[in-house]
Amino acid sequence: MLRIENLTAVIDGKEILKGITLEVPDGEVHAIMGPNGAGKSTLSYALAGREGYEITGGSVTLNGQDLLEMEPEERAAAGLFLAFQYPVELPGVGNANFLRTALNAIRRTRGEGELDAMQFLKVARARMKELSMPEDMLKRGVNVGFSGGEKKRNEVLQMALLQPKVAIMDETDSGLDIDALRIVADGVNALRGPGFSALVITHYQRLLNHIVPDRVHVLADGRIVTSGGPELAHRLEAEGYAGVLDEAA
Amino acid sequence: MPAVEETLDTVRDATQGAYKWGFETDIEMEFAPKGLNENIVRFISAKKGEPEWLLDWRLRAFEAWKGMEEPRWPSVTYPPIDYQDAFYYAAPKEKAGPKSLDEVDPELLRTYAKLGIPLREQAILAGVEGAGDVPAEGGRMPVAVDAVFDSVSVATTYRERLEKDGIIFCPISEAVHKHPELVRKYLGSVVPHTDNFFAALNSAVFTDGSFVYIPKGVRCPMELSTYFRINAKSTGQFERTLIIADEGSTVSYLEGCTAPQRDENQLHAAVVELVAMDDASIKYSTVQNWYPGDENGVGGIYNFVTKRAACRGKRSKVSWTQVETGSAITWKYPSCILQGDESVGEFYSVAITNNHQQADTGTKMIHLGKGTRSTIVSKGISAGHGQNTYRGLVRISPKATGARNFTQCDSLLIGDLCGAHTVPYIENRCMTAKTEHEATTSRIAEDQLFYCRQRGLSQEDAVGLIVNGFCREVLKELPMEFAVEAQKLLQISLEGSVG
Repeated sequence: MLRIENLTAVIDGKEILKGITLEVPDGEVHAIMGPNGAGKSTLSYALAGREGYEITGGSVTLNGQDLLEMEPEERAAAGLFLAFQYPVELPGVGNANFLRTALNAIRRTRGEGELDAMQFLKVARARMKELSMPEDMLKRGVNVGFSGGEKKRNEVLQMALLQPKVAIMDETDSGLDIDALRIVADGVNALRGPGFSALVITHYQRLLNHIVPDRVHVLADGRIVTSGGPELAHRLEAEGYAGVLDEAA
Repeated sequence: MPAVEETLDTVRDATQGAYKWGFETDIEMEFAPKGLNENIVRFISAKKGEPEWLLDWRLRAFEAWKGMEEPRWPSVTYPPIDYQDAFYYAAPKEKAGPKSLDEVDPELLRTYAKLGIPLREQAILAGVEGAGDVPAEGGRMPVAVDAVFDSVSVATTYRERLEKDGIIFCPISEAVHKHPELVRKYLGSVVPHTDNFFAALNSAVFTDGSFVYIPKGVRCPMELSTYFRINAKSTGQFERTLIIADEGSTVSYLEGCTAPQRDENQLHAAVVELVAMDDASIKYSTVQNWYPGDENGVGGIYNFVTKRAACRGKRSKVSWTQVETGSAITWKYPSCILQGDESVGEFYSVAITNNHQQADTGTKMIHLGKGTRSTIVSKGISAGHGQNTYRGLVRISPKATGARNFTQCDSLLIGDLCGAHTVPYIENRCMTAKTEHEATTSRIAEDQLFYCRQRGLSQEDAVGLIVNGFCREVLKELPMEFAVEAQKLLQISLEGSVG
């Protein structure tokens, strides 16, 4: 269970998150929607512990563990995964090497044995097949020269390998064509189960046709202004944010 | 909480224990009197029982050195060196001359074992004789090692196996006696005894080093390597390496080096000469890990080295690969004189400066022959207060028609107190020659670090991964087993540089 209580955060002296309260129980997928500038990306970076995102109040726990006390890599080891809106390029770092290093770092903290290159390749190839990723993506530099769709699929591949307890998908659908969108959604849906929950951040309802959320929250001006079932996303699509926000006010 | 403990360990390592080779071996040593004068030069020569011609050569070098000045053009600063306040000869006390491994002082064997250098020959499987197929136990190719401890070579392995192919691999002090014709012909033929201040000093007082001769048409069946260890206090190390690859031969050679952790600065002024004849190929790799000084810049080795290769033969090839992680100051320019038509020179370099380290390093590619080609790939990494300079010369003579050079210099900065400088000289006097130069300077971006840490990598591992990625083009040139070592070394050298 991811539990966020009255979280406030400041960037460059400006308050962006103004008291967010949210619970994502195990096994559930929640969507966060909201207009530009609502604080969606700030929320995901604040949860992952990025430098420069100063937490000024509130608490965040994952299965009772205080995330805010932890370094970013400790949060990752605790089971938090962030699928980046703009995955970062690491020139010269082979994708396979990166994925294996990450996987083994997490496995170490979980007290599991490290995978050698052959064991890793076996696991990675199986996951890549599910995501329709060509094998040469393992040999290329991390995200270097990847198309937008390939980068997002690479994020989902990492998620599938690391098997987090909670995944935050930060506008993973942006810039994807419909086929890529389906592949990414299938990747998330494949992980759905009692030990996995997700926070899907998106502008558009379209992704939620493929990843059907248990709950939808609307984020505006640093606060959750209203929440509901999947039908809320359809209403937003039909009426726009303005109508829903007015009503909430 | 284990993660917190890990962080503490990392911090401790970074501030105290990061240099894992800083121990000292307690062994009885024999020294020459402190200081430098003609008598010391004679002392060293007599200690080695050298022939008259070599003593003369040393004395001429010493005379020349007295009239020379230390180079002032490198971008490095250090207090004046008192050349009279050092020992120029230090050797473990024991019977002189070459010896079998069974006779080597066990204390020395323990020292090299601690450094991870195998001085025991692995059993070569019976019945396997052919060149290039001598896998030892565990399937790993054995590496022949010459171990130089302060001023003398203490052991050389696999000599008998190599002699079967006519390959000579021995301490240069021994080669002077056993192969005087080769030594006399080639010593100083690439780096003359008057070449520069430090080369002249080396020529006067060099004590040992490795000698390699690969006969015509022979492909050396294993990696050759020399491991240099400075141990004694207030002692300079002046080794001399000479490698000759005769027509159509091939050899891959690696040198490594470490020194104890001390508050004083110690001088290491080596000379390496390579000669490649027609169709010969020499690959020379260095993993330089001299003690770099502490985090405040106290102590460390002054690594003032002259390395040069003569590609004398047609289609000969010399490839220098260096990974420079140690030393307080590095001053070296492994170079190629491309005399033979269509000869090839390569220089692949990674130089790291962390804390208060300084490096002024690069290469010279002198194109004399027709159709000669050279490639330079330099990766400089600066962290802490480190200063890193690439200095390179590409000179193409009017006769070097169709010559080509490609140069790429990349600098990576970590933190905002360090510096990176690129000083390329290109002198092209030939209309048909082509030179290309590319250079970049970048920082490790915050988003790259965060991305790695979000995937569970520690800050140090993330930096290591990104830096290794940055250096990949160079590291892939190293012999495979050493590439792994080098990667670890890069990471250790940068511990504590971020955050």
